[in-house]
Order: sequence, then structure tokens, then C-alpha cells
Amino acid sequence: MTAPILCLEGVGVGFPTSQGRVSAVTDVSLDVREGEIFGLVGESGCGKTTLAMATMGLLPSTSDVSGAIRFQGQDLVGLDREALRRLRGDRISMIFQDPMTSLDPAFAIGDQVAETILAHRDIGRREAKARALDLLVDVGIPDAGRRYGDPPHRLSGGMRQRVVIATALANEPALILADEPTTALDVTIQAQVLSLLASLRERHRTTIVLITHDLGVIAQVCDRVGVMYAGQLVEVASVGELFARPRHPYTQALLEALPTVHHERGDLRVIAGRVPDLTDPPPGCRFATRCPHAMEVCATTPPLADEDPAHAVACWLSEATQRAAGHVGIASGGTS
Amino acid sequence: MSAAIATPAAARGRRLRPGFLATRKGMVGFAVLAFLVAVAVLATWIAPHPPDAIDGSRVLAGPTLAHPFGSDALGRDVLSRVIFAFRVSLAVAVGSTLLAFAIGTPLGLLAGYRGGWVDATIMRPIDMLLALPALLLAVALIAILGPGSAIALLAIAVIYTPILARVARASTLVVSSQTYVEGARARGAGPWRILTRHVLPNAVGPVIVQATILMGFALQIEAALSFLGLGAQPPTSSLGVMLADGRDVLSQAPWVEIFPGVAIAITVLAFNLFGDGLRRQLDPRGVTR
Repeated sequence: MTAPILCLEGVGVGFPTSQGRVSAVTDVSLDVREGEIFGLVGESGCGKTTLAMATMGLLPSTSDVSGAIRFQGQDLVGLDREALRRLRGDRISMIFQDPMTSLDPAFAIGDQVAETILAHRDIGRREAKARALDLLVDVGIPDAGRRYGDPPHRLSGGMRQRVVIATALANEPALILADEPTTALDVTIQAQVLSLLASLRERHRTTIVLITHDLGVIAQVCDRVGVMYAGQLVEVASVGELFARPRHPYTQALLEALPTVHHERGDLRVIAGRVPDLTDPPPGCRFATRCPHAMEVCATTPPLADEDPAHAVACWLSEATQRAAGHVGIASGGTS
Repeated sequence: MSAAIATPAAARGRRLRPGFLATRKGMVGFAVLAFLVAVAVLATWIAPHPPDAIDGSRVLAGPTLAHPFGSDALGRDVLSRVIFAFRVSLAVAVGSTLLAFAIGTPLGLLAGYRGGWVDATIMRPIDMLLALPALLLAVALIAILGPGSAIALLAIAVIYTPILARVARASTLVVSSQTYVEGARARGAGPWRILTRHVLPNAVGPVIVQATILMGFALQIEAALSFLGLGAQPPTSSLGVMLADGRDVLSQAPWVEIFPGVAIAITVLAFNLFGDGLRRQLDPRGVTR
């Protein structure tokens, strides 16, 4: 098993708002191993993007981040601005959701790639342009030499996302945070972009954290996956494990909610209730308010614990969680 | 890698061309302005007579073929005088607006991008300047610094800087929240680079539109100041000075008054039409509306 490249230890993120402090992420501990594609899945507002932004040091200065975010052993929380700037786009880079807006409309696409190189490498403009052109070819921009000088609006969404990926790859980063890279694209383009990411991982040995709300995307390219709900990490497992044996009731409900061809029309399963208000979250497990198995003990936060080496879950129904918390026999039997 | 890299400047040039010429308004404005600027630049060669040549036989003479705009109280050719006066007026209008643009844009950019106390420190004095009536401010400045075209230029720049700074700030606020600015940050670009290479080019459009429209009104303000004797001083003439001269002989020789007046009207109109045409291209979000 390879060493973790990114190691989150008890990470919490809060934002002040006019309604009070929102705790967007609470006590997330997580290892991302070198060379893997780690999927982070959860619904809108569950803290996936916040986690990525915290790693990049891109959260607004009003937010507070607790815990430790270790990248290659170095804690990024509280690192000074210049050190973070040097890391961004060089060792860690990020791909944003919407390729329509994440490229500067007043800039030639090739120069946006070259800019990323020039921000971090002490090389000449000509050399950076040559490298940028190579990258555009690498991510599959047809006729890249002629496209180099085009402004973004001349490219289709899929092509733009390729350019964005080229900028992310520019300095051969160790880690790429891809925040919903395919959400704004239609399915055929989505498949192309995903296979591009997968092949880049093979060729450059880059670690990728893929943030998405789409379980299909996870199943297609990820090695392992973490499930988040309302700021908490509730389950981490290899992709095969997660889809075969989901342990957390939220994950189970999510998988059941996926429509399949066997479903009757109009027979979409939904999870009853709503996501709790994060300015005043319920104590303990945040899914408890919607969970069919909710018990009294759910008012205390269940620790994330390994059921087996490939599967960790934070739920009081799990014996591993009970053992980790020092409780025994709170619930009779495991899940499913 | 034999493929040539197209220059981005060319790419942008291609993008700019159709816009302001696409509307009939913009086209007319552009054509008239081009003509007026050519007249101003080529004044020495175009003017049929020397503007200061006094001809005692033609005092207040009406328009003729040789003197299409007639002659003034000293028998000078009004057409030639309008051409030279227009040159001075246009220089003051363009110069003052460019100066205000050069000062106001960076101020608004910085205020909008940094926010917080930087914003407050820059914008409060600017709000105070905006609260003063424009012409009064100009007159007060000229009272302190003395009359003249250069001072009029400065006074108009002082009036315009806060207006352009506000437009620049509003536009910067919109641009700063765009994903591509966040993206540039995520790629490790420093704040200075983000501001000059990503925010400025995307935020400057509405400022240019506003400045173009303000140029027309700057010509008007210059004329007003000169009319009051606070702008161009003899022997220099400007359209405002000509208006003041023509007023005395309005009933006997209206052409002395009418032609400089028409010149002002046409120029202001042309700047407005051109500005509207530009807006379509440079300010699709309508910040200057």
C-alpha cells in the first residue's frame, strides 16, 4: 500500500454569516494515497468544495480552519500566503466545475497555460509557450498550434475543460483537486474528460481527488471514495466495496435513490427530510434526523472506524465504530 | 512542433472589430468622429484662410463661396476660426478625459479588488468630490490656479476622475467574483498579476465606454468655461470663446454664433453615438447604464 500524499486530520471549517457561524466541515480525517483517484461524493453544500478550497488555501480570510491538512508531510493550515501561492498550480492544482467561466475571456487559451508555468518556473516566455503547446496537444486539443491564440469563447465546453486540465497539469503537480470537472458537460463529453483524467493519472502518476455528486462518475474512474454528508465524512471505502456493501445508512439511501432501467416510471426513491441547518446543526450524527435507524446514541458523534482495511464507516450501527468509541453492544447486529 | 503560434493580440483584434460598427449608431458616430479628428489634426492644411487674418472689407460679412461660414467682427474667416478653435476644444476634451481615465481606473480597480479599508480610503474622498457641483468645482479650481486651456483640462479631469473611478470599481466588483479570477489564484498567480492581467482587461470595457461618452460632455464643459472667460485665453481661441464673441453680434451676424455652436452639438452627438456603439461590445453587462 502506498503512502498518503494528502492527510487530513480532524479538519473543520467555519464561516461567519449574518445568521451565525456555519460549520461547513466538521472533524474530517482522511488519507489520500499517492497515485490513486480518490472520489469525494456528497450532495450540494455538504462541504466537498470547501474541503478542496481549504487545501488550496483559497477560502476567504473570514473563514476559520482547524485541524491539520498535511500535503507530502507539510501542514498547509496556517501556512503563509506566499508559500501557499507557490504551492498552488505547481505541486497542487485545481480544476473548477464550469469550464465556461473558469478561463479568462480576454486571454488566449495557450497563454493561460503558459502563465501557470511562468508563475512557478524560471524559464523564458518562448520556452513556456512551447511547453504550453505540448500540453494542449497532450490533453487532446485538435490542431493545437492554431488554437493556441484563440480566446476561450471559440472553444466548446469540452475543449475548454481540456484547456483547464492542461493548465492544471502545467507544472506536473503531485495532486490535482478536480471539483465537479464534468458536471457542466453533457454525458459523451463527460466520458471523454473522465477517460482523459484517468489516462493522465497513468502517464504522469498524478494523484487526483475527484469531487462530484455523481455516483456514476465515481464508479467509472475512482479507486476509493469518501462519502460526505452535511460537513461530516460518513464512509470511506474502495469503490467496489462501497457499491457492493454500503454500510452507512446515508450511502445506502443514496444508492437506492439511483434510478435504474428496472424502475417503474415515477418510482424515484428519495431520502425523506432535509439537510440540517449548518448554522445550528443537530448534535452527533447529522444524518440522524433523516435516518431510518436513528437511535438515542446518534446524538453523540460516531467516530470513523475501519470495518475492514478497505472500508471505514462512521455509524453507531457499525461494530467498528462502537469499538472505536469504547461502546459495546449498543445496537444488536450490524447493518444489512 | 512546426505549427506557428497565432498571436493573441491578433485574436483579440479580430474580436473587437465587428462590435462597435455593428450598430448603425456606432458606425455613424465613428465616421463623424473620424472626420472631426482628421479636421482637427489637419487644420493647418484644411483651413481656407489663416484664422487670424483680419480683413477690414469683410467685417460681419455673410457666407460666400470663399467664406462659407461668413466673417466675424474683425473680418476673420469663421470657418477657419471654427476649425482651429475646434482643435483646441477637442484637445482639452480628450486630454482631460484621458487624464481622468489614467487616474480613475487604477483607483477604482484597487478599491474594488481589495475591498475593506482600501476601498473605504479611496472611495470616501471620491464620493465627496462627486457631491460638489461639477461646474462650481471647475470654477473654484480655476480661481485658484488661474485661467487657461491647461488649467481647464486639469479641472475637467478632476470632475471626471471620481466618475470613472466609480465605474471602474463597479466593474471590478463584478469581474473579481468570476471563476477565472479564482482560477488564476488557484494556478498560483500573484495578486499583482491577477489584477493587471485578469481583472483589468475584463473590467476596463465599461470604463472605456463611459470615458467616450464623457469626452463629448468634456467638450461642452470646456466650451462653458471658455465662454465664461475661464478657459482658452487670447490669442488662443476655442469654441466657447467663439460663442462668447458671437453673442455680441448675434442679431447682425448670426453665423458667427451658429457655426461654433453647431460644431459643439455635432461633436457631442458623435461621441454619444460612438459610446453607445462601443457599449454593445465592451459592456455587455451594462455597468455604465
